[in-house]
Amino acid sequence: MTAADPAPMSRGDRRRSLVRLGRAYARNRAGVAAACLLLATVGAAVAAPLFVGAADLSAVHAPGAPLRPPSARFPLGTDGYGRSMLAVTVWGARISLAVGLLATVVSVGIGALVGICAGHFRGWTETVLMRVTDWFLVLPTLVLAAALASVLPPGTATVVVAIGVTSWATTARLVRAQTLTVEARPYIERARALGGDHWHVTTRHVLPNVAPLVLAQTTLTVSGAILAESTLAFLGLGDPTAVSWGTTLQLARQVGAVSAGDWWVLLPPGLAIAGVCLAFTVCGRALEAVLNPRLAGRR
Amino acid sequence: MARYLAAKLAGASVSLVAVALTAFFLFRVLPGDPVRALTRGRPTSAAQLAQLRHQLGVDRPLAAQFADYLLRLTHGDLGTSYQYKTSVTGLIGEHLWATVYLVGTATLLSAVLGLRSGIRSAWRHGSVGDRVRTGVAVVLWSVPSFWLGLLLIVVLAVGVGPVPGLFPTGGASTPGTHGAVAVLTDRLTHLALPCLTLVAVIYAQYALTMRASLLDEMGSDYLTTARAKGLRDDQVRRRHAVPNALLPTVTLIFVNVGFVVSGSVLVETVFSWPGLGSLFYEALSVPDLPLLEGLFVVFSAAVILMNLLADLLYPVLDPRVRTA
Repeated sequence: MTAADPAPMSRGDRRRSLVRLGRAYARNRAGVAAACLLLATVGAAVAAPLFVGAADLSAVHAPGAPLRPPSARFPLGTDGYGRSMLAVTVWGARISLAVGLLATVVSVGIGALVGICAGHFRGWTETVLMRVTDWFLVLPTLVLAAALASVLPPGTATVVVAIGVTSWATTARLVRAQTLTVEARPYIERARALGGDHWHVTTRHVLPNVAPLVLAQTTLTVSGAILAESTLAFLGLGDPTAVSWGTTLQLARQVGAVSAGDWWVLLPPGLAIAGVCLAFTVCGRALEAVLNPRLAGRR
Repeated sequence: MARYLAAKLAGASVSLVAVALTAFFLFRVLPGDPVRALTRGRPTSAAQLAQLRHQLGVDRPLAAQFADYLLRLTHGDLGTSYQYKTSVTGLIGEHLWATVYLVGTATLLSAVLGLRSGIRSAWRHGSVGDRVRTGVAVVLWSVPSFWLGLLLIVVLAVGVGPVPGLFPTGGASTPGTHGAVAVLTDRLTHLALPCLTLVAVIYAQYALTMRASLLDEMGSDYLTTARAKGLRDDQVRRRHAVPNALLPTVTLIFVNVGFVVSGSVLVETVFSWPGLGSLFYEALSVPDLPLLEGLFVVFSAAVILMNLLADLLYPVLDPRVRTA
């Protein structure tokens, strides 16, 4: 094995290179802080049922009076129904994160599939797939997602599909470019010469090499998906019974909290959305810088 | 050159046809039964449903509907709104200028702001100013535009504590204002907050792209040559570095129309701005399928036309494209 023909990595090599990447990531202070914030948010979302009960979230039998400023009993005030803003915001993390992550899985899944197929099969397949990708890249994404969410039956699954189906184009472009560079390497030719079929080449050689890039792209996509979820919920297109950060803001607007100047109903969900999106973006950029050192210091 | 133009024009035409097909699929095929969606939550008899279906023309086979749809589209007829019972084309015409006015002003301001901020950041990269500017841009990029709008209304239009409200909470003008100066101030105060919200959300991307592409040029030999000739730092930046780094950002500004349109849907909704965005929001809740379809076609066509414009501008901006 010469340096020009890198052998497929053994398990030990993989572990060592993971440790090296982990160390490089740990040197990025913003990236570490963002990762900690995300872990804390996910922890709060998972543990939410321990502190927040059904009684706290009931719109009909709300525990307090509606739209009260922060007090000792409700540290973040109450929302339009009289529920504690603290409980609503913590509970909202569950839907917002779940929808954001699921939509990302759909989006990155479609993007990776289209990108690898286009980069592997070339020719007509590539032309057609890339045309479709470019088409999705220019369409106004939110308008398309909102239109989809309004014509399909209302619900959380619809929101996941609407976001996932409209946001995969960037991933597809990136994955295709990476697939092309991987496929040009000699060991792919060797795998083909040894009788490897399309399935073998794409899953055993292309996919592992594309995976790091897909991971970085995933963290960036999550941020967009969470923003999209809150936006669709604000436009009234989510599941109307679910408590998410977007529906909380929509409710605040509906009950007139904005024109009354009730800032405490607006700040917690909005800050939560912005904080989580920012953290995912910072994580994605840090991962990108670690995996692709050429980009380091650019952003 | 002629070949380049022909290719771009052909590409744009194909895209426009694809928009028409997507709109038909999205709003006629996907919803299944639009009548069921329209009457959701209201008790309706089977006879009423059938009559409504006939009235809306959705009881005919899809192929016939599609032929009819294409024929009407070539005449610029986008159908009749379920909600307003008037022509969709007319409705869009009425609301178009408010959106162009808002989006145009915001795009212009954010382009100027984004380019300036990006150039300064890159030229003094690593400085405190660069870190602050980049940080602010990344934060604003993560903020939902509608939430920023709501906050601005609370702080600057309603007022918090001792701060009085300075701007109107919504709309594009106060009816019954007379006198040129009064009308102008009225228009500008109404424009201020929606425009500020849009600018805050869209300028960040321009600033970050401009910074990245200027940083790429920073180490180039031709800049050293320009400095060796004795040019001042300012001239090196303005005459040599910036023109070479401008293309990606200018492209982005044109390509970004889709993003700005999405932003304007939210901002117009929050500020009750009487444009296409508010119209889209109202159509969503019904759902008013012909109106949604018409707006989708208009929004997508705007993106395609702006992309075409960007393609046509390349050779003017960059001589390298002309020879290629």
